[in-house]
Amino acid sequence: MMIRSSDLVFDYIKRDEEGNPCGSVRALDGVSLDVEKGQFIAVLGHNGSGKSTLAKHFNALLYPSGGTVYVGDMNTMDDSHLWDIRQTCGMVFQNPDNQIIGQVVEEDVGFGPENMGVPTEQIWERVEESLRIVGMEEYRNSSPNRLSGGQKQRVSIAGVIAMHPECIVFDEPTAMLDPSGRREVIRAARALNDVEKITIILITHYMDEVVFADRVFVMDGGSVVMDGSPREIFSRVDELEHLRLDVPQVTLLAHRLRKEGIELPEGILTRKEFIKELREYISRKENVTKA
Amino acid sequence: MLRDITLGQYYQTKSPIHELDPRVKLIATFAFIISLFLVNSYVGYVIALIYLALAIGLSRVPFSYITRGMKAVVMLLMITVLFNLFLTPGELLWSFGVLRITREGVVIASKMAIRLTMLIIGSSLMTLTTTPNQLTDGLESVLSPLKVIKVPVHEISMMMSIALRFIPILMEETDKIMKAQMARGADFESGNVFKRASNMVPLLVPLFISAFRRANDLAMAMEARCYRGGEGRTRMKPLVYSSKDYIAYLVIALFMFMIIAAGRLF
Repeated sequence: MMIRSSDLVFDYIKRDEEGNPCGSVRALDGVSLDVEKGQFIAVLGHNGSGKSTLAKHFNALLYPSGGTVYVGDMNTMDDSHLWDIRQTCGMVFQNPDNQIIGQVVEEDVGFGPENMGVPTEQIWERVEESLRIVGMEEYRNSSPNRLSGGQKQRVSIAGVIAMHPECIVFDEPTAMLDPSGRREVIRAARALNDVEKITIILITHYMDEVVFADRVFVMDGGSVVMDGSPREIFSRVDELEHLRLDVPQVTLLAHRLRKEGIELPEGILTRKEFIKELREYISRKENVTKA
Repeated sequence: MLRDITLGQYYQTKSPIHELDPRVKLIATFAFIISLFLVNSYVGYVIALIYLALAIGLSRVPFSYITRGMKAVVMLLMITVLFNLFLTPGELLWSFGVLRITREGVVIASKMAIRLTMLIIGSSLMTLTTTPNQLTDGLESVLSPLKVIKVPVHEISMMMSIALRFIPILMEETDKIMKAQMARGADFESGNVFKRASNMVPLLVPLFISAFRRANDLAMAMEARCYRGGEGRTRMKPLVYSSKDYIAYLVIALFMFMIIAAGRLF
């Protein structure tokens, strides 16, 4: 078990001008979920659904107001494990500019290991290895300001990998990127999961990024409302639309065709699949008319 | 380009001075500045000048590049010299109305001019040959004895290097906000100084809000990467003295000795 949250509740406290609490907003309302080691998990939801708040509980940046979160076998409420938790479960944030600390790429990647007290020689090994994994070795001496959004985000990912985490939470890593930057980052995340066997939790509102996930959680109003494989989730198009989430175009097309009486299976995820199913349908039809 | 701005204008080249440990350069600059104010004879100034010329020669930074940086402080220099020239009491040389020039005034003003010019050139030579990164690292290490009296040395140097990292980002942001507001009819270019300054207010508010938001994000990102202050931290690029640096220290010591000796003899 990598991460387990049980009945997780979190309230944002509102404060008046003197700093006294004067009310609260419930951001998470009884979230229970398990993440297995090595899985690629996607958490979907529109703005304000509580998905980023949930992400920040996984590496003890926020503490539960009720319920518990376990990372490995460490309770995030237990302060003595704080740094172990943050090392075990790294985090990549949304804005690439606001998470790069170093003025040179390699120095930024070394920041995490420096904080952990890793000896100098091993820091260099880790930096080298991490930059290689995300394919940014040639930029090691560049200033982060000269990189594109996707490249900056890959540097941020390298910075997390250098801490040798078992799990990485991506908190909307592509929200500020252009399509090619988005592809770069998602490819890097998938490679980490496939090759390095790192557990990935991808928080996003882009539906096409979750197609490859092992398991998808859909959040709304602070709780998990849908949970299953991408295929299961995407076969419930009407529910997703009700939650104001966009469905990948092919899935939506298949769904609409189905409604019009063309017998395609629910939960088609890729263009290839769609074409295959449509061909089969057509040949079925032809056979029927011939007969 | 705005994004290429670095503080202190580092001049990229390979030279013995560039390769020195930043701590050596910091201490050398400090020693040089102190010696300038210890010296009171022209012999002393000549020694300091030779030392400075030697350092400039070794640094391979073009002299014109160094003097370019002087332009910004010429006004300050002029004011100091003029005040000294006209306001020092003593043996009268020349007078016109309330303006009086005395022999002592001339001496003090010229010494002041020599001192300040050498001081500015000396310290800009340090920033020209040291990257901002090395400079903050060096400063942290040189000032580390102050930790004993609870000066947050590591935190100060971390703040400096983060500030340096965010200068280009905030510059770009200012540019963006300015363009966005100009597109909606804001005027940043006409009117007198006060008018222009007050026109900048709508620029500053969004800039500050964004800077605070960035700071908040960055603090969270740093915590997520296990940052917990300077304690228990290792370094990726630790500062290590090499033989060059010891030679440099020797040269500095020799220079200080000569300056003090010159002060005693002349």
